[in-house]
Amino acid sequence: MSAGRHSQAQLEPRNAPAVSYWPARLDLLQGASGLLLVLFMWAHMTFVSSILVSEEAMYRVSLMFEGYYVFGSSHPWLVSVVALAITALLMLHAVLAMRKFPQNARQYADFLAHRRRMHHTDTTLWWWQLVTGFLLFFMAPAHLYTMFSQADQIGPYASSWRVYSTQWPLYLVLLVVVEIHAALGLYRLIVKWGWLRSVSRKYLRMIIGGLAVYLVLHGVSTLLAYYKLGETLRDTPGLRYQPVEVHP
Amino acid sequence: MNDAAVIAKDGEEHGARRLRFEIFRFNPCDPDSRPHYDTFELDDAPGMTLFIALNLIREQQDPGLQFDFVCRAGICGSCAMLINGRPTLACRTLTGTLPDTVRLSPLPVFELIGDLSVNTGKWMRQMSERLRTWVDVAEDVDLDSLETPMDPDAAQAIYELERCIECGCCVAGCGTAVMRESFVGAVGLNKMARFRLDPRDTREDADFFELIGTDEGIFGCMSLLGCDDVCPKDLPLQTQLAYLRRKMAKVTLTG
Ligand code: HEM
Ligand code: SF4
Ligand code: SF4
Ligand code: FES
Repeated sequence: MSAGRHSQAQLEPRNAPAVSYWPARLDLLQGASGLLLVLFMWAHMTFVSSILVSEEAMYRVSLMFEGYYVFGSSHPWLVSVVALAITALLMLHAVLAMRKFPQNARQYADFLAHRRRMHHTDTTLWWWQLVTGFLLFFMAPAHLYTMFSQADQIGPYASSWRVYSTQWPLYLVLLVVVEIHAALGLYRLIVKWGWLRSVSRKYLRMIIGGLAVYLVLHGVSTLLAYYKLGETLRDTPGLRYQPVEVHP
Repeated sequence: MNDAAVIAKDGEEHGARRLRFEIFRFNPCDPDSRPHYDTFELDDAPGMTLFIALNLIREQQDPGLQFDFVCRAGICGSCAMLINGRPTLACRTLTGTLPDTVRLSPLPVFELIGDLSVNTGKWMRQMSERLRTWVDVAEDVDLDSLETPMDPDAAQAIYELERCIECGCCVAGCGTAVMRESFVGAVGLNKMARFRLDPRDTREDADFFELIGTDEGIFGCMSLLGCDDVCPKDLPLQTQLAYLRRKMAKVTLTG
């Protein structure tokens, strides 16, 4: 290593070992946080789309997250805690992924020229991972804060009204962006760590792309269900769902 | 008449397709020189490689054109260039497989000597010295004693990775290397994988970690896999990079 490449931290006198494990740890953490977020997104989709089953199903899922089936009463702050935890995970992932962004105009120009020259699928896909990741910086927190601050207003009617009256444009774009990013991230993780080696990259892209298309369609129909239900509540905003069975 | 002239004559007689070559021109030593593309035209001919085409252009149209060739058989690694944006070996590219208009540029990342000629050697040497890409032994070897025979399977596995010709295509095809100068590239990482397999090399994974467990090494690689897709020797770069990443991550978790 030439003298000029030592960082200031390396020049500080200290007893630390010469070799740093941090680049490796950060790479592992980046992958792990990304993977956890992907798994969370799948679980999230499953729970949210309970509205496609019935209003009652969605109501029960929301009760579950409020701890009703454990404590016998509803504690919406549990939902706030989950929203906070996901926000923390997202911040961890974002700060780690930021290391991979081009750092200055020259690096952007070099990468974009390279991408244009090469016409190479995986290089282009990485660029879209970057763009979608960047968009998530702004879009994901908007949704997370709503869930954090209005945790007591989640349910078939309350959620539908929120989707219909204000949130649907954000959710529609967020849905597409997050699914693209998650699919690309999952693909990247698989090729990066050498999992599923018997599947060619081309097939892998087709499988994961198919999965992403399915998830977007599933998400759009869910969103549409909330929107339509919300539309019927136009004259009664703030109306709460009355469960089929009477709960205390 | 030499081979090239025979092929060229053959082409004229068969009313062959006309190829247009847009070739990057720049002489960094000449203060008046500005980077630009010059266009040359040539008749395609059966079996013609880009090596032959470039020689014809130099012989017949512009004796000042700079490009590198040594073996013209895909062994020396000198002739790598961007052909319509993708790095590959000119000597192994048949003009018949190319579209009518072909744009030739020098490999990015490496120091430009002039026109299509770049100094891959300088880059490779720096990388080699940094990573110690040789059989590294902790103690002095007794040169008079009989060498321990190598297990044939190990020899075969090493040979598979040893086929790298240091052409630089994987570096020029890598988005990370293009953005970040100090990145060692798939060529360097592949060499580490190769010496890691070598029973004569006394380095342990912890030693390899010191060399490539960094953001300039395996943890800088963003798995864009341009390297794997452009390597003209079809080295299993994707597999090797993932393998090294797992091994080096393991050092962190256990060490
Ligand atoms: C603030 C929001 C986010 C930003 C800025 C962001 C940015 C990025 C970037 C730039 C990469 C590429 C890193 C590389 O090439 O090594 C990446 C990878 C990844 N992202 Fe995100 N992302 C965000 C949110 C998410 C979310 C919500 C998910 C899950 C749905 C996710 C899942 C992944 C996965 C699985 C990877 C691959 C990890 C790896 O290669 O080690 N990300 N992210
Ligand atoms: S790994 Fe392949 S592309 Fe890279 S230098 Fe070696 S032969 Fe060339
Ligand atoms: S996988 Fe990508 S980032 Fe890694 S060396 Fe190959 S081209 Fe470069
Ligand atoms: S001239 Fe040697 S590899 Fe092309």
